[in-house]
Amino acid sequence: MTSASDAPEPGFRLSQLIYDTRYRSLTIQVVTFILVMAGIAWLIDNTIQNLNQLGKDFNFSFLTNRAGYDIGQQLIPYTNDNTHARAMLVGLLNTLWVSALGCATATVIGIFVGVLRLSKNWLVARLMTIYVETFRNIPVLLWILVSLALLTELTPSPNEYRINPATGEAGVTMWLFDSIAPTNRYTAVPSVEFTHGLGAINTAFAPISLNYLLIVMALIGSFWANRRLLAHAHQVQDATGVRPTTWWKSLLILLGPVVVVALALGFKLNEPELKGFNFVGGTNVSNAFVALWLGLSLYTGAFIAEIVRAGILAVSKGQTEAAFALGLRPNRTMSLVVLPQALRVIVPPLISQFLNLTKNSSLAIAVGYMDLRGTLGGITLNQTGRELEAILLMMLIYLMISLTISGVMNVYNNTVKLKER
Amino acid sequence: MSDTNAQSTAFVREAMLPAKPAPVTQVGAVRWLRENLFAGPVNSALTLIGMFLVYTLVTHFYPWFRHSVWNANSMAECRAAVTASFGDGATGACWAMIRERWHQFIFGFYPPELYWRPIAVFVLLFVALAPILFTQLPRVMLGFSVIYPLVAIWLLWGGSIWPVTMVAVGFGLGWLAMRRLSAYSSILAIVAAVLVPVLFWLFAVGPLDDLLTSVLPIGIEPVASDRFGGFLLAITIGVGGIVMSLPLGIILALGRQSDMFLIKTFSVVFIEFIRGVPLITLLFVASLLLNYFLPPGTNFDIILRVMILVTMFAAAYIAEVIRGGLAALPRGQYEAADALGLDYWKAQRLIILPQALKISIPGIVSTFIGMFKDTTLVTFVGLFDPLKGIPDFIRADFNWKGIYWEPFIFVGAIFFILNFSMSRYSMYLERKLKRDHR
Repeated sequence: MTSASDAPEPGFRLSQLIYDTRYRSLTIQVVTFILVMAGIAWLIDNTIQNLNQLGKDFNFSFLTNRAGYDIGQQLIPYTNDNTHARAMLVGLLNTLWVSALGCATATVIGIFVGVLRLSKNWLVARLMTIYVETFRNIPVLLWILVSLALLTELTPSPNEYRINPATGEAGVTMWLFDSIAPTNRYTAVPSVEFTHGLGAINTAFAPISLNYLLIVMALIGSFWANRRLLAHAHQVQDATGVRPTTWWKSLLILLGPVVVVALALGFKLNEPELKGFNFVGGTNVSNAFVALWLGLSLYTGAFIAEIVRAGILAVSKGQTEAAFALGLRPNRTMSLVVLPQALRVIVPPLISQFLNLTKNSSLAIAVGYMDLRGTLGGITLNQTGRELEAILLMMLIYLMISLTISGVMNVYNNTVKLKER
Repeated sequence: MSDTNAQSTAFVREAMLPAKPAPVTQVGAVRWLRENLFAGPVNSALTLIGMFLVYTLVTHFYPWFRHSVWNANSMAECRAAVTASFGDGATGACWAMIRERWHQFIFGFYPPELYWRPIAVFVLLFVALAPILFTQLPRVMLGFSVIYPLVAIWLLWGGSIWPVTMVAVGFGLGWLAMRRLSAYSSILAIVAAVLVPVLFWLFAVGPLDDLLTSVLPIGIEPVASDRFGGFLLAITIGVGGIVMSLPLGIILALGRQSDMFLIKTFSVVFIEFIRGVPLITLLFVASLLLNYFLPPGTNFDIILRVMILVTMFAAAYIAEVIRGGLAALPRGQYEAADALGLDYWKAQRLIILPQALKISIPGIVSTFIGMFKDTTLVTFVGLFDPLKGIPDFIRADFNWKGIYWEPFIFVGAIFFILNFSMSRYSMYLERKLKRDHR
């Protein structure tokens, strides 16, 4: 047995901190840490000095003061006697609302256009290419402003919907069986009413409508029942080789309970009617909201169309041919072979488009829609003069929204992504 | 069986029949129409819908274009001219506004007699870009690319030549110090490269500048930042932002890929923070908060403040693009660099970054396009961008009150041309630079 003795352990020398790769990373990290912390301390120190000079302090108590301004669109009850915090919440919900609607519309537009752009139809493919290239290469701000200009310049005033008593004809007619009336200030749409509704539970945050709660519960129940039905069909198919017909049962399960619940609650659409100078009865959706929604959806839709197109093209033709060779029908091929693979390519960039749309919704400032920036970063900031607190809080909230969206979508992405073994 | 067949063959044609013309549905325009527009009921329906759409758009907008007025001095004159030529109720585009105000869309309120300066900067931009884009050109031209930013700043804002020269001298001194000291110790060289210019700018520039200005007062007429506007402003912020963000983005990307925990954490936090907030909030930081964060009494130019924040914004996005490039490099490239015994910076400089940056070029170009579009947001901090600031200013003039579509179309068309050509160029680059790494 020869015992190989290690080289004598040399004592630690200071120069090893720089020249020895084992310790150098430590040195670099410590130096960077000190520099970054010094930088942050410098910024904070400057801020404190500046605040002192201006005679201001740094606190968020202004959020509990009375806001004193009105917000055009509110998803939760709000009056100008509420606090700035409440106003901020209303603005935040408006941001989320327009973002959610925008994401949904943009996805629909994107899928539609992306698929049509691959169509063999020469005219349609060209039209879709023109749409995508035009919207992608021009700033979203222009699309929002153009949407607003279209709505305010080209739509009639509410007064023009008035039925002339002499001739019995209106200057302009409403859309969709007299239910929707675009005007130069707002779009009047029907509102929903439940004639034997159950009322609402009042919480400090917002009243929770029992009617909608019931409908949502019915929907969840239907979805669960539908899944059970499909699972059962699978079992039967596995056992006997024959798949029982499910489509009409699915349709019945999905739609039946909701319709029954809605009818039981006395679901009714209140159509807007011109009374005096304005439409009443329905809901008047401000043009600012519609313009922002339209502009964001059309712009982001063009990007999503490209993502969808790339995703479909990324699935090689051999996959489809192999599925056909196995005897799968075209729609089964699409749902079982092509889509799962295309989704894997589509989802990650789609997430970042959703994030972009949400961040772009802060362009509400261009049309005067009261989103988070309009309330907290706009009127609250101007009224209280607390720009430091307001803007930092606003950035923090946007950051939270972004991180939440990307977190949720990443979870989804993990479920569809390729499982590598 | 076979003989009966053979015997029953009473007649064999020896001459070929002349080829018949293909059915009319299988040739020429008809075939093209059948294949491309009417291949089945769904396809035909789509075609008809598409045709209807085109027809509607054309019938709505063509008359408006046909009634264009180019010579007028106000909206009222435009309307009068349209009514005079095409009768009551006719509407027409009033391009006369563009003819009268085009210079504001392009240059903002830059003094007209000095227009040659932004034009020169724009032309020189391509001279500076040429050696970077085309490797066939002589390498000497890269020298001009390096000093171009300072030349551009001096030409755009004007004033004395000395401050800009001092900045250049500072960089030069830093480079010199690094060259001299790198023979002794690389650490010392890096520290000197940072410290020497900083010390020079902090202590030597003031007296030197005064001295040189009093001896040799060379300078051109200064132009204040509030005279900037239109596409001049958009391109200045866009190009300035992307040029400054590239080095920062590379450092952030390397930091995010680093093995060192703290470096990685700082990079990730910075990138995710910037990417998580809308640009508009960062612009508000530039206009409202930056003065809080800097030493009391500091108050500098709004365009510079916006540019700092835009740079940070672009850097975070560019870092992600470059990280993609770094991740796309095969592992073997890193391992080969290690096997050759290169240290981290040499490996990055000679092996990793040249390849990673090449892969990222299309991404960088699309980031630039996105940023160029986003420069229109500076309108919300009171700058005159071409999309909202300038048209709003023009509409505030009584003569052009109520002109909506013409500025949108004009500015939109310019944005489209610039961005579309850039995206096509990046697609061309992508094809040209494609090397399969597998």
